[in-house]
Amino acid sequence: MAKITFITRNDEHYILEADSGSLMELAVQNGVDGIDGDCGGVCSCATCHVHVNTEHMEKVGAASEIEQDMLELDDNATAQSRLCCQIDVSDELDGLVVRVAR
Amino acid sequence: MSRSSHPDPFAELRAERGVYDIDDQNDPVKMVLRLKDVRKCAHNWKQYSSEATPGRIVVPSEVDIRNTRQIPFELDPPLHGDFRALLDPWFKRPSQAHYQQRLRHIIVAQLESVQLKSTFDCIRDFSLPLQSRALTVLMNVPADEAETFISWGTHVFRSENDPLDAGKAEQLYAYIDQKIDEKIAQPGDDLFSLLLNAKVAGKQISKEEIKGIIILTFAGGRDTVINMVTNTLAYLAEHPESLERLRAEPEIRGRAIEELIRYFSPLTHMGRVAREDAQVCEHAVAQDSRISLCWASANRDASVFEHPDEVILDRKLNPHVAFGFAHHNCLGATHARTLMQLLLDVVCERVQRIDFIDAQENIEEWGELRRKVGYHNLQLSLQVNS
Repeated sequence: MAKITFITRNDEHYILEADSGSLMELAVQNGVDGIDGDCGGVCSCATCHVHVNTEHMEKVGAASEIEQDMLELDDNATAQSRLCCQIDVSDELDGLVVRVAR
Repeated sequence: MSRSSHPDPFAELRAERGVYDIDDQNDPVKMVLRLKDVRKCAHNWKQYSSEATPGRIVVPSEVDIRNTRQIPFELDPPLHGDFRALLDPWFKRPSQAHYQQRLRHIIVAQLESVQLKSTFDCIRDFSLPLQSRALTVLMNVPADEAETFISWGTHVFRSENDPLDAGKAEQLYAYIDQKIDEKIAQPGDDLFSLLLNAKVAGKQISKEEIKGIIILTFAGGRDTVINMVTNTLAYLAEHPESLERLRAEPEIRGRAIEELIRYFSPLTHMGRVAREDAQVCEHAVAQDSRISLCWASANRDASVFEHPDEVILDRKLNPHVAFGFAHHNCLGATHARTLMQLLLDVVCERVQRIDFIDAQENIEEWGELRRKVGYHNLQLSLQVNS
């Protein structure tokens, strides 16, 4: 079981637990504001954009080229950006903190 | 080549040149064919504007048959964003359970109306009435108004023999004018009333702007949704193994819908007007000339999609642009996705088998190229669970 924190643009904190699925699914199931996941997780819509805390970047891993291409044209993109439909929940992510990008 | 397949006419030009020049009523268009270029141009609204003469960013151009600006579609930021902020919550309503119950009920009734016929025409008897009835839910107007929408046929601005039929749009405009007057007198819980009471950028929305929003709602979701529904049933008819898989694995239906939308790409392309001289993959674009963002071509780009001409129902990475890209992404996408999800659910529950009897394909012409976008008619027959 991993504990994952989403912080919205309004500074609401969602502290959620899961052991499978994607970060996007976890956020959508719990109504995290700003994470829509319109395309269901196939990396097409960019409505699950988060900024990963710097100290957690390594544990989350790098974005694929397809994901990077999507992020490249997102106005809120930073070096911390990920589309969280592409991050699978695992025990290793326990303690992860991400900020919703919009 | 099966009868339900949709060949990609752009493959060679996409790989070799990246663009394709076509004429359109003496206002040429440079079609942009590669996914990355399409995305970049869609994102770059400062260079490629949507706020041209009303109708000009549509291909074929509607400048000669339409004066009303479609909103927010024919606006650039920041005003575009102000209208989206107003409209987005309304167009996200399809995520709500009671909305989905209403849509589901419509789909079930539509299926029951055709399932006992030996054959039926998928467009006339199923997709067109389904789209029209679903539209009453989207706008939250009385269900019986769908009968009026059905009588207009599959395309708002086109008729059987004329791709640009000015007379045809008049019936839609008349409906909208009448509806606005009705809702001024008696406001309700519908899209018209929302717009009549709303301010954008500190100003009351004008009647002309309301008209522009409603025309977009009708035009954007008409033949696109009808083709999506029709093409999906044609595909399932020819691929009974896919129907079985979707029945057995409901968890892949979401991905399957994205894949079918990518594969069919119901909207071939959308134009923009260059504000100044520019270049797209080393081809010059002159100031005030048009480019088009060819979603259909981008969605078959082999540098991004593995086996782009195959339908892979559970395709995991699928960065398609069938709903457009960036600021102008499709306002009706939530409605369309929800409709498709419920359609697959209902078909998987109730339909054993679909038979493809006969069809007449609907082929678009772009310069020398021919693209199948759907069918003029499609005869199907259903075998339902007893």
